[in-house]
Amino acid sequence: MKSQDDRTYEMGLHTEQLAGRTQQVFFRPEEEERFVYPWAPDVDYNRRAEVDADSLTSTEVNTKLRELMNEGYGSIVVRNPRGKHSLGVGILNRLNLIFEGSLGYFAVGLIDGPNVRIRGRVGWSCGENMMAGTILIEKNAGSTFGAAMRGGDLVCRGSVGSRTGIDMKGGTIVVGGDTGAFSGFMMQRGRMVVCGNAGKNLGDSMYDGTIYVGGEIRDLGVDAVPAELTDLDRAWLTRKLGQYELLPAHGVDHFTKIVAGKQLWNYDNLEPAEKKLIL
Amino acid sequence: MCGIAGVIHRGALSGIGAEMTSMLQALRHRGPDSTGFAIYGTPVEGDFVMRLKVAEQEDMSSGFDIHAKIRARAQEVDRRLAELGVVVKDRAASTEYAMRYVISFDGDLEHLARYVEDVEGTEILSLGGALELVKDLGDATVVSEQYELGGFQGTHAIGHTRMATESDVDIRSAHPYWAFPYNDISVVHNGQLTNYWMKRRDMERKGHRFMSDCDSELLAVYTAHNLAHGVSLEESLERSIREIDGVFTYLVATRDQLGMAKDTMAAKPLVLYESDDLIALASEEVAIRAILPEEIDTHDPYDEEIRVWQA
Repeated sequence: MKSQDDRTYEMGLHTEQLAGRTQQVFFRPEEEERFVYPWAPDVDYNRRAEVDADSLTSTEVNTKLRELMNEGYGSIVVRNPRGKHSLGVGILNRLNLIFEGSLGYFAVGLIDGPNVRIRGRVGWSCGENMMAGTILIEKNAGSTFGAAMRGGDLVCRGSVGSRTGIDMKGGTIVVGGDTGAFSGFMMQRGRMVVCGNAGKNLGDSMYDGTIYVGGEIRDLGVDAVPAELTDLDRAWLTRKLGQYELLPAHGVDHFTKIVAGKQLWNYDNLEPAEKKLIL
Repeated sequence: MCGIAGVIHRGALSGIGAEMTSMLQALRHRGPDSTGFAIYGTPVEGDFVMRLKVAEQEDMSSGFDIHAKIRARAQEVDRRLAELGVVVKDRAASTEYAMRYVISFDGDLEHLARYVEDVEGTEILSLGGALELVKDLGDATVVSEQYELGGFQGTHAIGHTRMATESDVDIRSAHPYWAFPYNDISVVHNGQLTNYWMKRRDMERKGHRFMSDCDSELLAVYTAHNLAHGVSLEESLERSIREIDGVFTYLVATRDQLGMAKDTMAAKPLVLYESDDLIALASEEVAIRAILPEEIDTHDPYDEEIRVWQA
């Protein structure tokens, strides 16, 4: 029986043992208050409200969402978003949020907790820096999808633009269609699943994390290498794709797994004081 | 940052002036410095539409005799047209410094253009059978009202909202660019061209003129040069991805075509909507939604992608 550490190692997750100032522990699980934002409203999923965004600006829509959450509404439907930018950003509490239409740039970025469904398309940088929660997009998405995301599930049923998951630091990106060039660029943690094809320079300069591609890969970026698809990978892919109804009829055996070659790693773990001693 | 937009109706006329105004107004936040339109109407056999300016907007507030100077320049343009045997069928002034001529002329168009531009402060913005190019300082609504574009009927158009980064805030540096001296070609661009000076010198050695220091003008001249030498629009767009350095997305319109090209990095945005009778594309979806409010399917073209649509 393998240990949890061994299993996560095989899946390409946070295996390195680093020391130094940058590796300090920022969050301790026993300190519960650190996982709750004191100002976050406690909402009731059974209380439902609707917002018509047609004649509202992005700021007005987001302000309205804040007001409804503070009143305890836990399920909110936004109608007629019509490509407006920055809708639903910065929501730091649990919430069921549904957009009946397409959003523009920076949709639902910086979130920590809500479950979001977008019945349309999103522009650039959807889910940027998201910490937790789920975002499900029914159509296509623009570039820099899930840039620098840290946690949660970001799912696009259609195809996405270039630089998907650039600088991602955790969480999972699932793409039902294709992804563009430079996807996974400088990826540091987390997992990306692309059911279709991937553009050029996939995983360029990735530090860590795992990319799974179901279709063709135009070419790999610097220090991105194929790895063996393990049973754990298959199990995880099957579960994750099944969860979002994107599981191919013929299974997941055809997926290619890409990880960091780690030939470019050059971490400097010395503290400044230690450097002085050496010098 | 800049915003670009294009729309083409396949085989039908539409209120293209109002459509492009709505699209560009939705992109105002990407560039409020100036707005430009290249609109393609129905050409009349043997006639040309010439849009020109005899001064910059900013000139209007400098010098006590600027109004007299402008009148004199306009009269000189008229005199030179008459001298060349040009038949002026219609002449209208949208502003004190911007004029629209409908002319009939069977001589050398390049000679005509160069002779007219020789008048101090004069720049031909467009000269063609179908193309009408309008650009000025201000947002789309301001420029559209000033030049009465709201009722313009046509098949296709491209437009631009400009945030000046590398050249001045003036009409000369505003998009779209007409590809002098070739009629009916216009270009709008979002990005930066890093081998601009090298390619510009290359084009200048081949006899082309540049009216601004804006890198985007290169794309117009480059495209026009290619088309004039028998290169198809598709091939010209394809070549540009290999020969032009930098980050760019640009749109080209000709008398009956609309094309797009995206650089190797896909660093500049473009959203595309395609149906059997209408193609709309813009830097942001919000511009497409300005003319198609209903739910539609759009996508981002990928790196090195080129497309050409026929009107």
